[in-house]
Amino acid sequence: MRLSELTKPVQDHAYAFLDEASKRELRRKILKGICIPGYQVPYASREVPMARGWGTGGLQVTLTLVAPHSTVKVIDQGADDSVNAANIRRFIARVAAAKTTTDACEATLIQSRHRIPEERLLEGQVLILQVPEPEPLRGVETSSAAAAELHADADYGMMWLKLYEQMVRYKRIIQGASYPVLVGNRYIMSPSPIPRWDVPMLHQAAHLTILSAGREKRLYCVPPYTEVRPLEFDDVPYQIENVDGMVCFRTGATHKFMNELPQEDGSSLFELSDSGYGEKILTETPLGETYYDSEGRFYHDGYLRQ
Amino acid sequence: MMATSVNDLILEPPRLVKHTPLLTVTNINKQYGQVIALEEVNVELYPREVLGVVGESGSGKSTLLRMLNLEENPDSGAYHLEIPSYQDQNLFELSRFERRQLRVKQIGIVYQNPHLGLRMRNSSSGNVAERLVVAGERNFSRLRAAAKRSLEVSEFPVTRMDDPPKNLSGGMQQRVQLAKAIALKPALLLLDEPTTGLDVSVQALVLDTLRRLQRDLGIAMLVVSHDLGVIRTLSDRVMVMRHGRVVEQGLTDQVLEDPQHPYTQQLVHAKL
Repeated sequence: MRLSELTKPVQDHAYAFLDEASKRELRRKILKGICIPGYQVPYASREVPMARGWGTGGLQVTLTLVAPHSTVKVIDQGADDSVNAANIRRFIARVAAAKTTTDACEATLIQSRHRIPEERLLEGQVLILQVPEPEPLRGVETSSAAAAELHADADYGMMWLKLYEQMVRYKRIIQGASYPVLVGNRYIMSPSPIPRWDVPMLHQAAHLTILSAGREKRLYCVPPYTEVRPLEFDDVPYQIENVDGMVCFRTGATHKFMNELPQEDGSSLFELSDSGYGEKILTETPLGETYYDSEGRFYHDGYLRQ
Repeated sequence: MMATSVNDLILEPPRLVKHTPLLTVTNINKQYGQVIALEEVNVELYPREVLGVVGESGSGKSTLLRMLNLEENPDSGAYHLEIPSYQDQNLFELSRFERRQLRVKQIGIVYQNPHLGLRMRNSSSGNVAERLVVAGERNFSRLRAAAKRSLEVSEFPVTRMDDPPKNLSGGMQQRVQLAKAIALKPALLLLDEPTTGLDVSVQALVLDTLRRLQRDLGIAMLVVSHDLGVIRTLSDRVMVMRHGRVVEQGLTDQVLEDPQHPYTQQLVHAKL
């Protein structure tokens, strides 16, 4: 047998930008990540025509999973129309000939930075989150070798100590985004910098979530129907952002995650952070079910304690 | 009535013979390259007893302590602790995970250098609470109350319980270490030169606390020190080490008043 028989013929063009070997490697790593929920799998992060830190990890996973029949939605901090989101969406459409959409219910692949859509994702949908810092222990353990050992032993005392310190110093937990969660009762995971509002959406979700950090070269997954619990003391319940009294000035929606727009007279206007959802309300497209109902109740009863 | 003959007398065996030791270490050897750190060392520690280990620098005291704290394995030897679910188990054969479990619940340690035992930037109460968290406590107010109680017991000023150890004096840092060590009422407390580096008056206060704790909690302690004063104040029995061997052991008074081995004699008389 010769090497030439084992290798693929040279191609001057690859579907969806990445070469087949890279995509194959990534798929294997994703499968491993799905098998061990919350475990960070190292992978060979490739070059994509985008700087590290702009979503290269998410983009590589999207390019690996995309097919001509896919429908892709790209979110940047809730918005579909930011420069970053628009460029990534156009790039994927160009190299993979996939359909694009801004409707979360229609998309099969959703690449997102910092937000999960308000509408419930369903079985078969894949959410890809861009992650700047995959290691939840980074703040308490600077050595990644030592952090890997702590994960192996499930020795998470230091994470709890961090929360304890916040309670002592500020009388409440000040961790906003990247709130550490325990996945499948085993690994502590950083859910990427999504707000606390979005963290419960990962719990027993019907969709698959893949979190990928291109610069740090690691990915991890939350498979469908997996336990995801934010770290909380028994007597200090996990708190989501308070959105009481905030009304979207475009759509009139309430009890959804809002962006605050400061006005010149010192007051504030609020608008839906999830722009795709807002657009659906305005165009009177039939809406999917949302994670939080119109009274702000989460769809898993009892998951958020008062 | 017939006088009972000597043979009929039922003599109570001495307490130390009757009780089973809490800690038994048999024949441990350790070599670092050509250097022999420990050679055929045997240790027995009984419940509620304080054993002092003295010796010069490099005599193997600290190596022995690291092994008792399961931080390191010897080349050969066995280590048993007489505590539920660990009887008849050579602790040197435990996996890293099991060791951690055992250490958290049953072994407390106070290092000479507080940097080894404490997180200097976290609060003092947090340092104590971490141990309870690792043992499974998830209630903030209970954690805080337990940390406070433990710090009080070690005579740490409660008003400063949220100061980070880096802002505390040496004596207070040792008290935080002590509070952390006894937070879960361990079966065994290891003290590695607990008062070295403290000035004499603070040293006396810390020794006082240790003495009282030992009386109140009845924890078995093993004190390593090169300071004979510390050993004399704290320990019931003493073990003298040199070049990795135990050269003499016995009751503290006996060994320090009437040393038999030439090295011990030298040590006892080498007071300034």
